[in-house]
Amino acid sequence: MLSRTADHLFWMSRYMERSENTARMLDVNYQTSLLPQSTAVAEQGWRGLLSISELTNDYASRYGAVHAREVMDFMVRDERNPSSILCCLRAARENARAVRGALTTEVWETTNQTWLEFNRMLRDDSFERDPAALFEWVKFRSHLSRGVQIGTMLQDEAFRFVRIGTFLERGDNTARLLDVKFHAVESDFYGAADARDQEYDFYHWSAILRSVSGFEVYRKVYRNVIQPEKVAELLILRPDMPRSLAACINEVIANLSQVANDQSGETMRRAGRLMADLQYGSIEEILATGLHAYLTQFLDRIADLGVGISRDFLVAVH
Amino acid sequence: MKTMFDEMYAAPAAVRDHYAAYDRWLQRQTDEVMRARRDESEMIFRRVGITFAVYGDKDSGEGTERLIPFDLIPRVIPAAEWREMEKGLRQRVEALNRFIHDVYHGQEIIKAGVVPAEQITRNAQFRPEMIGVDVPGGVYSHIAGIDIVRAANPDGSGTYYVLEDNLRVPSGVSYMLENRKMMMRLFPDLFAGHRVAPVAHYPDLLLETLRSVAPGGVNEPTVVVLTPGMYNSAYFEHAFLAQQMGVELVEGQDLFVKDGFVFMRTTRGPKRVDVIYRRLDDDFLDPLVFRPDSTLGCAGLLSAYRQGNVTLCNAVGTGVADDKSIYPYVPKMIEFYLGQKPILNNVPTYLCRVADDLQYVLDHLGELVVKEVHGAGGYGMLVGPAATKDEIEAFRAQLLANPSNYIAQPTLSLSTCPTYVESGIAPRHIDLRPFVLSGKTVQMVPGGLTRVALKEGSLVVNSSQGGGTKDTWVLES
Repeated sequence: MLSRTADHLFWMSRYMERSENTARMLDVNYQTSLLPQSTAVAEQGWRGLLSISELTNDYASRYGAVHAREVMDFMVRDERNPSSILCCLRAARENARAVRGALTTEVWETTNQTWLEFNRMLRDDSFERDPAALFEWVKFRSHLSRGVQIGTMLQDEAFRFVRIGTFLERGDNTARLLDVKFHAVESDFYGAADARDQEYDFYHWSAILRSVSGFEVYRKVYRNVIQPEKVAELLILRPDMPRSLAACINEVIANLSQVANDQSGETMRRAGRLMADLQYGSIEEILATGLHAYLTQFLDRIADLGVGISRDFLVAVH
Repeated sequence: MKTMFDEMYAAPAAVRDHYAAYDRWLQRQTDEVMRARRDESEMIFRRVGITFAVYGDKDSGEGTERLIPFDLIPRVIPAAEWREMEKGLRQRVEALNRFIHDVYHGQEIIKAGVVPAEQITRNAQFRPEMIGVDVPGGVYSHIAGIDIVRAANPDGSGTYYVLEDNLRVPSGVSYMLENRKMMMRLFPDLFAGHRVAPVAHYPDLLLETLRSVAPGGVNEPTVVVLTPGMYNSAYFEHAFLAQQMGVELVEGQDLFVKDGFVFMRTTRGPKRVDVIYRRLDDDFLDPLVFRPDSTLGCAGLLSAYRQGNVTLCNAVGTGVADDKSIYPYVPKMIEFYLGQKPILNNVPTYLCRVADDLQYVLDHLGELVVKEVHGAGGYGMLVGPAATKDEIEAFRAQLLANPSNYIAQPTLSLSTCPTYVESGIAPRHIDLRPFVLSGKTVQMVPGGLTRVALKEGSLVVNSSQGGGTKDTWVLES
């Protein structure tokens, strides 16, 4: 297929996935903010969210102090914020429109309608009235997009690039989320001193799990109280947890191997190595080297894979 | 007041035979039903993204993408009328293709004194690069859109006239196809009761046509559609046709020329391209030959084309034959090349570069339609009877400054067709654009795209100027 087409498909699904992850993080922060808590703690949540997307400075220069409403506005519908849900859904739709001929009618119409509906919801104040409902809606439109892709697309190269985009983006997002949320409690990482802190911890960790639809999964897998190292293990190493780093990289590899060409050997090797590290890694080892260092390195390797995929398939050379 | 010709009514209460069944059906529809169907069609068109961009509008998001208003009431053509029109279209397009070939080869028609030499050589659309170049099958305009109107005669009957030949990159066929799909979705019962000739196989015919003109020696040609990109007003159509034919939709940046052949960049390396259905004007095709600032085309494309290693559809240089100043000569071309009497009528045309004609036009500006020779899309024209005194005077100055840039025609009383507008059902002026495909054989689907001027009394049907479209039925009685 055309390299440009592959590029648009790759970015179409990345942007759709990004909008979903943004909605997930906003949703969890918003839900948490409804719990009784100190202003400082609430603010920390919103700060963390900006920091995950590397938007702390952008936000500060436009809005100043961190307030829930404004962070949500910034992340949902600010045209100037390229990571806002508005901009992501537009970019997903523009990429889809550029290659609508390579998509099934259903995939295109789903993407187009998501964009049109989202704009309508912003216009008629649905967002102000019920932010949680909007976040839920964005998540489900993303589920729908993926479902329609799987349910209607021929499993050819086009489909593979769509899937690669989805999982590369998801892996990146999960790693960022973990990094920020663990950073926030670094000081008292192991065990809590008193009951109040314990309670805080519970909500902190369960919020992370909920943001990746992992709360029930955690219970099912560990049948235990929420412990930070187990949360980290679930979201990094468990290959059967759909939003874990291991699951994402497995999917990237599986799809990448289907489109391999003469020049993609090195990218494939690096992806395989990353997978092996996840497959044979242990959480104790990761925590011993330091979670932040580990995740920073992981994000670099994900970015490196993205560059490799672009070079090998998307930006064609003569 | 001139006589009018309405496609549905012979007289206010007298429905024409070919509309009789439809009329009975329409009588049974309530206003609510029609309104609901219209809203439904709008919703579907938007969701499907059947939109066009209006040039000059600057807006972000969905704002630049407009819907072309779709009218619920079909334009019906009796099958016998269509058969005659089809014969005329074949004849006309064949003669035009012969003419273009002649222009770039022996120029017999000039030698015979039928068309003046300067009409060709001074034409901005004349491409000297094409002189002596042989194209597969001698076909230049593979996809032609011929604009036809029906005008009222003083006795109340109607006559079809060809208004314009579009031989470069005619658009609109996707609306023809989508309109039919929409009608069948909104009113399935109508189609059960009418024998409407199908049109959905157009993409098949198009692909067959494109494949049939591949360079010699290529057995399984790779066909692509070349688009200027998603911000072009007709992008939807480009994507639609590529998808329907199952071929790649490419942009100039996806192509490159190496050793005289054209390749596209794919995820598996370069792949040779044999036939390019280009939806891009000549000027933008190859920066090495035409506009050097064009980033939409592909450097070296024309050289590969001239070597016969790739086929461009339509060919380069077809514009020499669809110019408004060449138009008056088409009936003579038909006689010259085919030795036949023209089946389709031309509108009488005054060439403002001819002194006598210019004088007549200046004396009758209030009655005539004056058009720019190279204009398109309804821009740069004067509709005398609809213009104010000031507009006429302003146009007179423009005309005098450069007479050879204009032609004039009597204002035809374009036929009307009942149309569903805000105030209910009312007559609006329409035209028709059938699409003629020329490859190894000449093929077309019955009917074409009917455009309708939605403003009361307006004669301008262009989508950029407030026109809409209708489904077009060729109906076996």
